[in-house]
Amino acid sequence: MRKITLLTSALAFSVMTSMSAMAAQTSITLGMQLEPPNLDPTSAAAAAIDEVVYANIFEGLTRYQADGSIVPALAKSWEISDDGLTYTFTLHSGVTFHDGTTMDAEDVKFSLDRARAEDSTNAQKRLFTGIASVDVVNPTTVSITLSNPDGGFITNLAWGDAVIVAPESIDAAANAPVGTGPFKFSRWVQGDRIEIEKNPDYWGEPIALEKATFKFISDPTAAFAAVMAGDIDAFPGYPAPENLPQFEADPRFSVIVGSTEGETILSMNNKSEKLTDVRVRKAIAHAINRQAIIDGAMFGFGTPIGTHFAPHHPDYLDLTGQSAYDPAAAKALLKEAGYSEGLTLSLKLPPPSYARRGGEIIASQLREVGIETEIENLEWAQWLEQVFRGKDFDLSIVSHTEPMDIGIYANPEYYFQYDSAAFQKTIDDLMLATDAGERTALLQSAQRVIADDYVNGYLFQLARTGVANSKIRGLWENSPTQANDLTGVSWSD
Amino acid sequence: MVRYIVTRFCVLSVSLLVASGIIFTMLEVVPGDPASFMLGINAEADTLAAMRRELGLDQPMLQRYLSWLGGMLTGDFGISYTYRVPVSELVMARIWISLPLAIFALILSTLIAVPAGLIAASRRGRVSDWTVMGTTQLGIAIPNFWFAMILVSIFAIKLRWFSAGGFPGWDQGFWICMQALLLPAIALALPQASILARVMRSSLLETLSQDYIRTARAKGLSQRRTVWAHAFRNALIPVLTIIGLQFSFLIAGAIIIENVFFLPGLGRLIFQGITQRDLIVVESVVMLLVFAVICVNFLVDIAYALVDPRLRRP
Repeated sequence: MRKITLLTSALAFSVMTSMSAMAAQTSITLGMQLEPPNLDPTSAAAAAIDEVVYANIFEGLTRYQADGSIVPALAKSWEISDDGLTYTFTLHSGVTFHDGTTMDAEDVKFSLDRARAEDSTNAQKRLFTGIASVDVVNPTTVSITLSNPDGGFITNLAWGDAVIVAPESIDAAANAPVGTGPFKFSRWVQGDRIEIEKNPDYWGEPIALEKATFKFISDPTAAFAAVMAGDIDAFPGYPAPENLPQFEADPRFSVIVGSTEGETILSMNNKSEKLTDVRVRKAIAHAINRQAIIDGAMFGFGTPIGTHFAPHHPDYLDLTGQSAYDPAAAKALLKEAGYSEGLTLSLKLPPPSYARRGGEIIASQLREVGIETEIENLEWAQWLEQVFRGKDFDLSIVSHTEPMDIGIYANPEYYFQYDSAAFQKTIDDLMLATDAGERTALLQSAQRVIADDYVNGYLFQLARTGVANSKIRGLWENSPTQANDLTGVSWSD
Repeated sequence: MVRYIVTRFCVLSVSLLVASGIIFTMLEVVPGDPASFMLGINAEADTLAAMRRELGLDQPMLQRYLSWLGGMLTGDFGISYTYRVPVSELVMARIWISLPLAIFALILSTLIAVPAGLIAASRRGRVSDWTVMGTTQLGIAIPNFWFAMILVSIFAIKLRWFSAGGFPGWDQGFWICMQALLLPAIALALPQASILARVMRSSLLETLSQDYIRTARAKGLSQRRTVWAHAFRNALIPVLTIIGLQFSFLIAGAIIIENVFFLPGLGRLIFQGITQRDLIVVESVVMLLVFAVICVNFLVDIAYALVDPRLRRP
């Protein structure tokens, strides 16, 4: 009899625990500062699109993980031919899109061909221009041939712009995205929020959440109020770092500080008359006190960098010493370059606070060594037109948020107009290199070349500061790519 | 009368045409290419060209102006560049937040202002008059966004009676939506009510000093009865004029309050449209607001003519 009581109480206990597990919260509301303009990651650049759909709604052949590593996604495995030109991908079988259609090799071919087509509107078309052909071998096997070996190809396929879409549903993706991910789109109240819900037919590992809501709050004060009032469970890209100590002191919240792929630089127009002289660029680099900028503009969040490379990457070289804060050296260099009387440069700033606040600090630091700046605040659209396309600037501040984008220095047409044969050769070699050791050596030499040439003033790696309810587990700390991957997120009791 | 209306109507059409031309050219000369904003800094030149083709931006300016104008006449405002949905759909969704909010705020402000003004005027120089005058002075001086933030920190953060902002959508139920609109409406209504109460008070005082009021009192009516039967209705005319002016301000001018409470209204739509260079949205919404203002003016003109026969003669 005693045994039976024990058994029933054990049963009752297990029922209770499973009930409390059932009662655990399964929905989450995330705050985002910017609303995505549409939800098609394959034809617009806005980071907010990927922050909603990446890994949640859409998946690619490969994907980024929280630590920045690339793992298989829709592709189960792949083989690379000895010449490095042909990639044969084996796809997971039984994968369906949210509208019920099957995902197979034909969809992979369609997606990649669409991205590299002549009339493609893919914002990262250069990721796909190396593809010579995409061939369907059988429904679960697809082979991709490149025109040149490209050691970064597998990484390219993990981008949000490389997700697999279906010809049946892509035309409506802007407002009704249909992917293969663990969440499916449920509704969008434009200007207010986007709701996604669990996809019961998901092919992979099942997720813990039933529902997720992305709520758009652009005003930092309103964001603070919404988190404090409990309307928002997590705000991963929290717009006002000055409030973080307040959240840190409150046991209801935990503060998440991680790194991003954003190298924040004082970009210099290398073809602008006064900046063609490397001594002037070097003088500017020495005039900058990075820590003062990080403290003053970013409330202490950010890691100093000395070249255009993410510090958390294993191949990173710390070259900050090469452009250490040294106003005396900066003055001497300016004198040597013939500017003992000082000089005046334009400083055009886009809207983010790192640029506007950082710009004021840099202007005063430059004034110390005799460089006057004419600050001009621009909207993004103006910045793109004047600085990025028009190259009508001396100095600007911008965070380059694309992962592994040191290759932009090989393009002499890029807005800072750096033209170095040595650097271009390094990048060409890198494209052909598939051996890990060789790639590391080349990436490090690339970092050194641009630091030696003082192409830009390298400031800091942009931090990602967020706040979340302290019971939430599994949010990304770092942002190897722009995403709010909710697949591993759950509530603890 | 018919001739008067026809003349006013012609003026209205010409104003609209001129306004459309000004709005279109102004936004076209603003620097910033919608396609490059959408595709970001890594886009290739041919990708940008393909996007411009898709958006119809490769056509000459005059042709785009004419097709925009032609579309509007048939009720087709075009497709938003960034959202990729018809502009009319976007506007309709936003109007159902901005309009109820404006009406709600207006009702609140009238409900507060008219009695307050009445009390102040009929007890001129007494404590209640000073209280009303003092409070309204404060109400005019306090910026509405600051007042909104105070409301949020008290009622949303401390007391947790309301959410800090956002809009659930009308399909979630009427009362839930009204609850979401209550704090923004109060924040909007307070400065408006302050102005209105002062107008009500001074207008009533002026009316009360008229000869016919003295006559009414002389024939033996009580003070209260005089105010109600003779003064109040006459004093309302300037108040109604102010309410009319405030209403158009509330629809187009709630942008800051919409930001504080992150409400997806018309003001936010214009603001977003400008930063994202979604020119067609900005053009169409501004045009719609111009249309509304011009129409109100037109109706006011007609109403004046009905009241004042002298205006009917050309």
